[in-house]
Amino acid sequence: MKQRDIFIAFFRSSMLGYGGGPTTIPLVQKEVVERFKWMDNEEFGDILAIGNTLPGPINTKMAGYIGYRIGGIPGTINAILATILPTIILMIVLLTTLKTFKDLAWVQGMTRGVLPVVGVMLAVLTKDFLQSSVKGLRWATVALHVIAALFLIEFLHVHPAIIIASLLLFAFFKPVKKETTNKKKGRSS
Amino acid sequence: MIYLHIFWVFFMTNMLGYGGGPATIPLIQKEVVDHYGWMTVQEFNEAFAMGNALPGPIATKMGGYIGFQEGGWLGAFLAVLATVTPSLLLMITLMGILYKNRTSPRVKRMTAYVKPTIAVLLGVMAFQAFFDSYVQISVVHIVILAAGSYWLMEKRKVHPGLVVLSSLIYGAVLLS
Repeated sequence: MKQRDIFIAFFRSSMLGYGGGPTTIPLVQKEVVERFKWMDNEEFGDILAIGNTLPGPINTKMAGYIGYRIGGIPGTINAILATILPTIILMIVLLTTLKTFKDLAWVQGMTRGVLPVVGVMLAVLTKDFLQSSVKGLRWATVALHVIAALFLIEFLHVHPAIIIASLLLFAFFKPVKKETTNKKKGRSS
Repeated sequence: MIYLHIFWVFFMTNMLGYGGGPATIPLIQKEVVDHYGWMTVQEFNEAFAMGNALPGPIATKMGGYIGFQEGGWLGAFLAVLATVTPSLLLMITLMGILYKNRTSPRVKRMTAYVKPTIAVLLGVMAFQAFFDSYVQISVVHIVILAAGSYWLMEKRKVHPGLVVLSSLIYGAVLLS
């Protein structure tokens, strides 16, 4: 029963959501808090905040952790499979089919037609990340980060992994100035 | 060796991608297209479009598909395993410590510091997609497709699946 509920909750929230993990979180919240009442809103918010401090996709972290809390290790596996498996299979089948016909003129036309849409999707993601950057840092700091990253990646061809790893180490080890930092955080969050 | 490479790519990109699945996309592209040469930019963009047209998390769909293409079902399994398990294990084992430090500025600013760089990577990818379009088709088509899809997805909140489908039909009819 419990495992069936876990499957339903995560299958439904994943299949009804689109636009990647972060946008489906409200749907997960609806299932977990409102429908199955496994936890209250505050606890869900805490788990989400903690999930966001770790790297990687947010949706599978939430599914895996909540599944674990409700149904142990089988619950984890169940919740994750319900979240990801159906769409991965669909993805493989559709793209493999498309590749088989890639020499046909109209299939090539399709790949030309979708490219500007990909550009728009990526531009929207860029905008989202910039907007949420401004919530955590000041405008000038974000601008500085953007210019520096652009220069390092595009002109000096530094691997982005090196830049990100350095930023993480810097964020972790830089001393925290108690007064000012707390005030800034308080205002922005 | 290929299995090791698949695991490494998805492990590394997901450990560095702060800000959920979308943050890992440019990192994956860098490895898969530039470093290992498993697919062209065009193929990667098609996979991304398809991934966005389908529901569910984007990182696992990209991992599953690229892993499958390079190493069959075992490749798909390893890519998804490398995408999902490391951060999940961290979350389950470190829950107590993370809970105590969830308001710590140190922990909070880790995500904040990485986001502008991710934005740059995504912006470069967007530019690349438009530039590749510019080489292939006329500006008029690009403007119609880009403005139309932006309006439909962002203003009218039409499902991206429908928008991608429309662009595929548009391309099949007018751009073949």
